[in-house]
Amino acid sequence: MLSTYPGQPAVDHPVSAPIEHRFDPYVDNGGTLLSIAGDEFCVVAADTRQSEGYLINSRYVPKSVKLSDKTVISMGGCYADCLTLTKRIQQSMEWYHHAHGKTMSTAAVAQMLSIMLYQKRFFPFYSWCILGGLDEEGKGAVYTYDPVGSYERESCRCAGSASSLIQPFLDNQISFKNQETQRRNLSLEQVLRITKDSFTSATERDIYTGDYLEIFVITKNGVQVQKMDLKKD
Amino acid sequence: MDTLVSKYAHTASSASFDTADNLGDNLAGWDAASQFALPTFDIPMVANPMDFLRAHTDASAENHIRIQHGTTTLAFKFQGGIVVAVDSRASGGSYIASGTVKKVIEINPYLLGTMAGGAADCQYWERELGRRCRLYELRNKERISVAAASKVLSNMVYDYKGMGLSMGTMITGWDKTGPHLFYVDANGTRMKGERFSVGSGSTYAYGVLDTGYDYNLSIPDALELGRRAIYHATHRDAYSGGSINLYHVKESGWEYKGNHDVGELHWEYQAIPKGPIV
Repeated sequence: MLSTYPGQPAVDHPVSAPIEHRFDPYVDNGGTLLSIAGDEFCVVAADTRQSEGYLINSRYVPKSVKLSDKTVISMGGCYADCLTLTKRIQQSMEWYHHAHGKTMSTAAVAQMLSIMLYQKRFFPFYSWCILGGLDEEGKGAVYTYDPVGSYERESCRCAGSASSLIQPFLDNQISFKNQETQRRNLSLEQVLRITKDSFTSATERDIYTGDYLEIFVITKNGVQVQKMDLKKD
Repeated sequence: MDTLVSKYAHTASSASFDTADNLGDNLAGWDAASQFALPTFDIPMVANPMDFLRAHTDASAENHIRIQHGTTTLAFKFQGGIVVAVDSRASGGSYIASGTVKKVIEINPYLLGTMAGGAADCQYWERELGRRCRLYELRNKERISVAAASKVLSNMVYDYKGMGLSMGTMITGWDKTGPHLFYVDANGTRMKGERFSVGSGSTYAYGVLDTGYDYNLSIPDALELGRRAIYHATHRDAYSGGSINLYHVKESGWEYKGNHDVGELHWEYQAIPKGPIV
């Protein structure tokens, strides 16, 4: 019998110890995303840090993508899955445009995304999606998803690694939960301030959130993007 | 001629939930059979796809996928039709993922479905049911019966039995034979009944429902019984909460009877003096 290694005796060894094989295609790349619907605007914001465990891969990898003048998608979770999903949405929207000669409405993109996620019910995309935009009446709309496509229209939502830190704050400041004051419509300036405060505070307590904050503001005039510094430690 | 034939030559086997088909650029090739074919789903390329899904949705998994769960839903028949009441909490593990979920799915103006178990499973399959009910209407020039609709749903999910779907639903509605109530779940169970409660808080809801139930209840009393049963379930079941959505199914279709915040309801009920139980 031939020796595997030169100079060493040949060993006829059947593998006796069990070897575990596992298909483990998911990683959590961290990061936090948020969207708030106003009366005539919608804000979609996300930090740009991408990490894997305790390693920071990059300080600037945007999580949000502009899909049309009325719609922005933001995704967190496994970045590879998010990229694929974003590409699928963009391609379907392009085909829709060619077939119908018009851009997909926010509500239509929202329903489509739900079906796309459910299509992978047995091999899910590891992603949490928030779709922000304007509805047919020009009002702000936020659609939120679970990884397999259950979705709901809400007024504000935070997802990702610091979601449990930020969401209760939004419930209180945006939805006026557990407040004596009457619910009122917030201006864009107020919403932006709350958004920035949410992220600077979350950066202090969540290791996966930080570096930069990228804010998409969707109004009837289109989509404007702002960038803000967050702590880089 | 060949081009004409190829236009209509789509068979059910080649039909899929292809985005190209769905986006309407294949209108010439529209095929009724494909409309009733089951959608196709991506399956991971592993020896046992179900083990894969189970491993990654399990709470002990490293990066586990949290599918939203937890519910109390109920529906019962009475002299005035059917009352449907549900809570609105969705939890992923111990985190309250949402307090404003719509757990009553409005299939069409005469049919309601409730949602317990996996939120996505219920939403997706009841939407698919809605589409099929509409196609049935267009083909047969009459509305589908509640019995048939619920059977369509149970047959659809039965094809995926053992693959990890999670759904416990009640299909209610009013057809030409009157009000009907069916329980359908992901195992393929389909039962006709007078009164059902489904979800993690169902046992609490049954306690209240069975105590206060009478077929001859007036409409306001029946609605109040439904609301009260869900309230008590949200009080004892940690996975239920938020607010209560109430529906009344009658001959002219269903009617929405409002959203009732459990937080406020609690003090409303506290203020009412309690009578003797026996």
